[in-house]
Amino acid sequence: MKIAVCIKQVPDTWSEKRLSPSDATLDRAAAEGVLNELDEYAIEEALRLKEGHGGEVTVVTMGPERAADTIRKALSMGADAGLHLCDEALHGSDACATSDALARILAGRGFDLVIFGCESTDARMSVIPAMVAERLDWPQATFAAEVQVAAGVLTVRRQTEAGVDTVTANLPAVVSVVEKINEPRYPSFKGIMAAKKKPVETLSLADTGIEAATVGLAAAWSAVTDFAARPPRAQGEIMSDDGDGGRRIADYLVTNRLI
Amino acid sequence: MATILVLADHTAGTVTKATTEVLTLARRLGSPTAVALGPGAQAAADTLVQFGADDVLIAPEEELLTWLVTPKVAALQAAAALTAPSAILLASTAEGKEIAGRLAVRLGSGVITDAVDVAADLTATQSVFGGDTTVHSRVTRGTAIITVRPNAVTAESSPGAGRLADLAVVLTDADRRVRIVEHADAVTAGRPDLAEARIVVSGGRGVGSAEGFTVIERLADTLGAAVGASRAATDAGWYPHQYQVGQTGKTVSPQVYIASGISGAIQHRAGMQTSKVIIVVNKDPEAPIFELADLGIVGDLFTVVPQLTEEVERRRG
Repeated sequence: MKIAVCIKQVPDTWSEKRLSPSDATLDRAAAEGVLNELDEYAIEEALRLKEGHGGEVTVVTMGPERAADTIRKALSMGADAGLHLCDEALHGSDACATSDALARILAGRGFDLVIFGCESTDARMSVIPAMVAERLDWPQATFAAEVQVAAGVLTVRRQTEAGVDTVTANLPAVVSVVEKINEPRYPSFKGIMAAKKKPVETLSLADTGIEAATVGLAAAWSAVTDFAARPPRAQGEIMSDDGDGGRRIADYLVTNRLI
Repeated sequence: MATILVLADHTAGTVTKATTEVLTLARRLGSPTAVALGPGAQAAADTLVQFGADDVLIAPEEELLTWLVTPKVAALQAAAALTAPSAILLASTAEGKEIAGRLAVRLGSGVITDAVDVAADLTATQSVFGGDTTVHSRVTRGTAIITVRPNAVTAESSPGAGRLADLAVVLTDADRRVRIVEHADAVTAGRPDLAEARIVVSGGRGVGSAEGFTVIERLADTLGAAVGASRAATDAGWYPHQYQVGQTGKTVSPQVYIASGISGAIQHRAGMQTSKVIIVVNKDPEAPIFELADLGIVGDLFTVVPQLTEEVERRRG
């Protein structure tokens, strides 16, 4: 089975994030870039499917040069090869342009399955897997808490706020995984050494046939008109519990007509 | 008046609270046309009209619910062709966002997710980075497709004209690729949905164990609240992962958020700091979560929280 895993470099989950005043895109230089945490589950799921069914795992990312670090991390976990779409013209691409670019580099490479994390921790839109599926004209089995493949048929346990659905589709298909579908492995020392020798293909827009005019900030299908830091919350009353802390909270809730 | 298309979320005719909120918002932007699909669509129409639908387009075929996501995309596409709306609004649920994304591709439109408000000129307000930054943005190409975050708008009933019409939805083979073979509603233990709850009671590292969460649950049930947990608590296995509030979990914005034994790392704050009122119980007076507190009690949650529960029960008699 040929599996692609789409991954994204995001600002460290534990850091403060902000927009650049100049163009209202995420200020990626302000925080350390890390592999999107939810993508680790996607990589792990791909490795497990490969272990069960044979095949190979290619990690795919779109991002600036330093996003190559995330490919390296995935390779050190055990992925076989990397594909990096890297071009300054992509800066500021929105979901429409990003899904288009990803679909174009995924198409025609013979993948049976494309796996995503269900959300990035920076943009948090959760729409790219569905949009890539739409563009590839493939089925989507997203928000997977469990993935099984047998005889070319994909079965996914889909977990959302609406409940749990069991869904089936034929391959090739797009899958996104939720956190806790598995426990992602840590790269071993051997894995880290091996990763250095694994092939990573870097593509520019010119290599893919994507026109620069269709991606990037200027071509985005939506635009930020303005943004502002939210004013900090004013701190209220902080008191020590003198044996009536619970009653104090009850008073507060009743006085403010909150209950 | 411009048509605002709204996809109705309903289960066998029972319309979700999130959809009534979206309709309330849609009324401010134009004339709402609701799209109701599958068995129960006719029954759902009453509620949709009550919350402002001037028109309800109904496609009751069961097949529309047999396949995942794509039939709803096809239905909205058909409704858009019929009504030429100025905007298409959906609730910002996992499925709502996926429908919006696929529809954006089909219609050649931009898409904005998780709006907390939409102005008359269709400028959307988003609260990003866990509420640290407020962003205004507009769809600049095609029809504005916007998903609205649950709990961001207060639903108010105000009946619309209530014209009902049939909607013909033609599914293609591409729409029939992912079959739903089984569905189970979310197990909620009788509690409200985390994202939609008016009150959320959350526990963190200070709760100390899975058993400790019974104290949190008792308060939640007394208040009719949802239960949340910090990542420390879900990672430790004390509470199921789907209740995690934070950067890698749910974002909530309830009227009241009660945080017990939670220190308030950015990871957690990102999921709750837009709550209207925040109440904190923590032993450590230095815990950063106190910075967000409207009322903070420095004390042991295992005495404060049960006392609060008893007090609320007592006052209710």
